[in-house]
Amino acid sequence: MSKIHVTTTINGEPAEFLCEPHQTLLDVLRNELNLTGSKEGCASGDCGACSVIVDGRLMCSCLMLAVESTGHEVTTIEGVAKGDELHPVQRQFLQHAALQCGFCTPGLIVAAKALLDRNTNPTETEARYWLAGNLCRCTGYDKVIRAVLDAAAEMRGETVA
Amino acid sequence: MPSLNYVAPATVQEAVRLLAGASGLAKVLSGGTDLLVQLRSGRTRPELIVDTKKIPGIIGIREENGGFVIGAATPGMALFEHPTLKQTWPGVVEAANLIGSKQVQGRASLAGNLCNASPAADSVPAMIAAGATCLIAGSDGTRQAKVEDIVTGPGRTSLARDEFIVEFRLPKREPRSGDAYLRFIPRTEMDIAVVGCGVCVTLDANGVCTAARVVLGAVAPTPVLVPEAAAALVGHKLDDATLEMLDAAARRACNPIDDKRGTIDYRTKVAGVLARRTAAIAFNRASGGKSAGGH
Repeated sequence: MSKIHVTTTINGEPAEFLCEPHQTLLDVLRNELNLTGSKEGCASGDCGACSVIVDGRLMCSCLMLAVESTGHEVTTIEGVAKGDELHPVQRQFLQHAALQCGFCTPGLIVAAKALLDRNTNPTETEARYWLAGNLCRCTGYDKVIRAVLDAAAEMRGETVA
Repeated sequence: MPSLNYVAPATVQEAVRLLAGASGLAKVLSGGTDLLVQLRSGRTRPELIVDTKKIPGIIGIREENGGFVIGAATPGMALFEHPTLKQTWPGVVEAANLIGSKQVQGRASLAGNLCNASPAADSVPAMIAAGATCLIAGSDGTRQAKVEDIVTGPGRTSLARDEFIVEFRLPKREPRSGDAYLRFIPRTEMDIAVVGCGVCVTLDANGVCTAARVVLGAVAPTPVLVPEAAAALVGHKLDDATLEMLDAAARRACNPIDDKRGTIDYRTKVAGVLARRTAAIAFNRASGGKSAGGH
């Protein structure tokens, strides 16, 4: 079968690409569109390193065929900051040093943004369950959770210590 | 990877025609959270993928005659976001929201969870307990089937090669009834059921059970509806003697495998315990309480 022509929206911009039917969205993001922020960890939907938001829903770009993005709106880690202005989650990850090797970080930030997009006042338990699909082998998650909760406070307009 | 074709038909009839006309293996794609993993590992090598998500109504939830119609490819997260569905069939919604991570729940569907036909599928015991049916489209038109009649063994279903599920129907909930689903895993999240249990009960004004459905997952080649466990509840309040009969009936229905998640003895024992706990939540909900289920 010849390549499929896909028209979609990525990070607010119209995008088009050619892909093979079996190519995942992650594969196309990284290898065709040069959006290498999304990482391939497990390629089986277990680690969350490839997390993207499609039409407001968090998902693993390794579990989606690229062709399935036709007509949908995809947000990747590259679209989380607004120009030079970091998203509160990104700012708080830096503030808390909530990363070590950084491989899981794009996925964690995208997943945390998806949580805070729908709930800017999550409990610690809610945040931990929400992020259970994002594996980090360095931090032990504690700094990550503190960063997410402080980002939530920042988004609620509270002063963060 | 061998040559693979992808199609996204816009109607049920076109999807059926494509499935019927495929010369080799054709796979129906809804959320894809199982199918993509199997494609990558080479466990399945279809020549055609029929993506159902462009079919109008295949994603979405509507109330009808006091019950609910849920499009086959509706992601689990959409169930959770539907306040009336969550209030009416909390067990079904909780079960769907135990499947994988939030990322997976944003994509994985009831039809996929059912047709992947894992004995440990979380949403299936809850759907069976709730008395859910599905509408199946095929070359000869559509037919209704009970959810318990779909899975025939690990990875196998009763659907013909030209058939796929279009939607699920959850019945109108009887007054003084309640459903619940619990699963047991060694972790708190992101694991596959060692045992799953779905229970739906209806009570009379005195709290005596008048109807029950008890379903176990992950303890046999398919999810199992256990009429003996239901019979242990009917005619009784949820007292210690009733719970003991329920526990014993649930254990007798087990025919599990030994694997890394649990031995035969362990799964059998847990099935009894889980049946007790799930029934307690269902009874509580049927009498107007708001017990939490799920984990």
